[in-house]
Amino acid sequence: MTVATERSHFPGRLRRIFSTDHQVIGLQYFFLALAAGLIGMLLSLLMRIHIVWPDAHFPLIGALKPESYLGVMTIHATMMVFFVLSTVPQNGFGNILLPAQIGARAMAFPRINAAGFWLTCLSFLIMTASLFATGGAPSAGWTQYPPLSAIKDPGAGQGVGVDLWLISIGIFCLASTMGALNPIVTTLRARAEGMHLMRMPLTVWSWLVTAFMSLLAFSVLLAAAVLLFCDRNYGSSFFVPGLVMVNGHLLQHSGGSPLLWQHLFWFFGHPEVYLAILPGMGLTSHLLSTFSRRPVFGYAGMVYSTLAIGALGFVVWGHHMFVSGMNPFAGLAFSALTLVIAVPSSVKTFNWLATLWRGRILFTTPMLFSIGFVSLFITGGLTGPMLAQPQLDVYLHDTYFVVAHFHMIMGMAAVFGIFAATYFWFPKMFGKMMNEPLGKAHFWMSFLGAYATFVPMHFLGLAGHPRRYSQIAGSAQYLQPLLPLQRFITYAAIVLMAGQLLFLINLFWSIFYGCRSPQNPWKATTLEWEEFADDEKIIVHRGPYEFSPGEKDFLTQSEPEGERAGI
Amino acid sequence: MAFALLIAIWLLTLGTAYLFNHNWLPAAASTNAAVTDHQLWLNFAVVGSVFVLTQITLGIFVWRYRAKAHHPAEKPTNTTPAELFAMLAAAAIFIGLNVAGGRMLSGTEFLGHSPQAEPVRVEVTGVQFRWYFRYPGVDGRFGATNPALIDASLGNPLGIDSRDPAARDDRVTSTLVIPEGKDVELTLRAQDVIHSFFVPALRLKQDAVPGTEMHIHFSAQKPGTYEIACAELCGLGHYSMNARLMVMSAQEYRSYAQVAQK
Repeated sequence: MTVATERSHFPGRLRRIFSTDHQVIGLQYFFLALAAGLIGMLLSLLMRIHIVWPDAHFPLIGALKPESYLGVMTIHATMMVFFVLSTVPQNGFGNILLPAQIGARAMAFPRINAAGFWLTCLSFLIMTASLFATGGAPSAGWTQYPPLSAIKDPGAGQGVGVDLWLISIGIFCLASTMGALNPIVTTLRARAEGMHLMRMPLTVWSWLVTAFMSLLAFSVLLAAAVLLFCDRNYGSSFFVPGLVMVNGHLLQHSGGSPLLWQHLFWFFGHPEVYLAILPGMGLTSHLLSTFSRRPVFGYAGMVYSTLAIGALGFVVWGHHMFVSGMNPFAGLAFSALTLVIAVPSSVKTFNWLATLWRGRILFTTPMLFSIGFVSLFITGGLTGPMLAQPQLDVYLHDTYFVVAHFHMIMGMAAVFGIFAATYFWFPKMFGKMMNEPLGKAHFWMSFLGAYATFVPMHFLGLAGHPRRYSQIAGSAQYLQPLLPLQRFITYAAIVLMAGQLLFLINLFWSIFYGCRSPQNPWKATTLEWEEFADDEKIIVHRGPYEFSPGEKDFLTQSEPEGERAGI
Repeated sequence: MAFALLIAIWLLTLGTAYLFNHNWLPAAASTNAAVTDHQLWLNFAVVGSVFVLTQITLGIFVWRYRAKAHHPAEKPTNTTPAELFAMLAAAAIFIGLNVAGGRMLSGTEFLGHSPQAEPVRVEVTGVQFRWYFRYPGVDGRFGATNPALIDASLGNPLGIDSRDPAARDDRVTSTLVIPEGKDVELTLRAQDVIHSFFVPALRLKQDAVPGTEMHIHFSAQKPGTYEIACAELCGLGHYSMNARLMVMSAQEYRSYAQVAQK
């Protein structure tokens, strides 16, 4: 099936802004995520400073109050999880590259694609506005557990800000569901001739599985957000039980279940974690192979483990709820399933190492970030099975150990995936090359900064430091000796953030003044690096990772001579 | 670059492993806590070995297989046996840990009855941003409560209904006092939002959820004063919602209870 090239109905300059071209939409997602990432990063700077110096005065905003801290924390997490990790790896790079990688000319539904982006953008604006809502920014955390999030008057940060949060997330869910349709339909219906499923680049496989996960997960969160909005505004009681007494007066709710929200939220929330990291996993496989000049070790194993993670990702949500009051027998089942999901992840790690083995490694900036991804994935991943054991989670739950775990893997590893993709595909995005020395400096500051910031958080957690505490001063006595460690983390985080300035400089400098890139600068094999005339029929002859096939360094997927069976 | 990566990965790995080996945990004050610690150290040993092994390997591969003029990359052949081996090894390690952990949990989880005939029963209520502890008194029964009667300024923060005879000898404190070695059964409640009852020294944590009662049990082995914190975000004073747990020797507790009852 061929997909017709799309036309925009907007005149002139508007046509370029409200474009239905998938590459333009991909870049729009990229810059949206960049803005969200910057906001999220600045908010984390406020948090790190407030935790250790609660009286610190910031320019423009003055000293942060405890409730403002919680608002900053909530928006930091929301920006990072939704507007960075759920947009750019999937809809950003997916839009820019998925059609080209499978030899399609466009996405299947260009207008749905554009509508998805503009809804995401609207959602982002509402979320940013909620930070300045009267009555304070939403401050019940990105998990928004009711009854705290369901009632309007238990203090600052539960007013109109939470309503804005819910509206924004509702729109985001809608947009993500729309955005997920395109990769699925395009991949299944618009591949070039000869591009069998088992010849697709692993990036395409991970976008496909991620899209299925988005479709299922975000629709559940949308429903949950609507229900919570009704509880807040229309007197329903989905999540608020009876006889709840807040600030000296009795609420008029009855019969709701706070745990129901947790089940719905984490039914979305855990697949969300995988849909943030899967594109990074696919990309890492892709880049390790490209820059080791060696085929991916166990291509089929990589495909099956991606599918296994996608499927198992939907049956492990209860491991967030071991101490919530859920039946402990259910906890044991969720624990067993969670440890099973560690198996396909281990197969991936093994195959990444085996891909490097006997390779011919070229240390380009994207490769450095991919190697960093593997290291951070191991470090962050291995604490997962610990937290999945109820006995240990009873102690470690809601402590900094969890914060360390998910920042290592979902924060840092996934972000390393985004950086690797940016350095690698920058020539496809802007026709230029990014500056290599600056890129390498960025890698080193990020890699060392990530370890220095997030490894010590494990120790805070082991010492019993609960998360979401706005300050150490005034909290429990046993936390006071941990203050120096918290200070160290703040310094490390500042170094980590300073490293990101190098990325910003490199990005904008390279867009305007970077060297023009050759057609296939990395000597890669996949279709996006080749140029085809508009009416040329694209025929794929082999699998995506034909490196070092003997006489030549590599064979592209569409190169006809010397035909051989795909891997 | 290859050598720098090798050194960086090795130093970060060994540094992390070394620091994990430091005992960060607060001193354990119950048998349950000792069981948790044992499982934790088992995890550090097993998972820590996997961590060090894979990272060290990553470092070696990155350095050993850096691009040099004389060695070309090799194509992998028949990867299935190696992959199967990796899969089975991972399955054995992680499922093994799960089985060990599950056994321990079933040994400590509250299953509806207490092994000792007469546990010390205390009701714990979380309210923004305080913990209250209610003792049933000599009759062993908690009196009825009514949210309409809640008024902290009148000294009735839990809304205890004084018309109920069982309520007359109920006692509310802001410190949880228990005897050592005795089984303690806590009933957790929350008045407003979700709180989480967290005693690091007991490795004990349970959410207190409005609208439901949660039961947990433990027995503390070492007399002393320990801290109780809130581990579930409950609003702006979350960080300051703490209380104390006093574990007394049996004799001390008897005289404390007698004085308190008067």
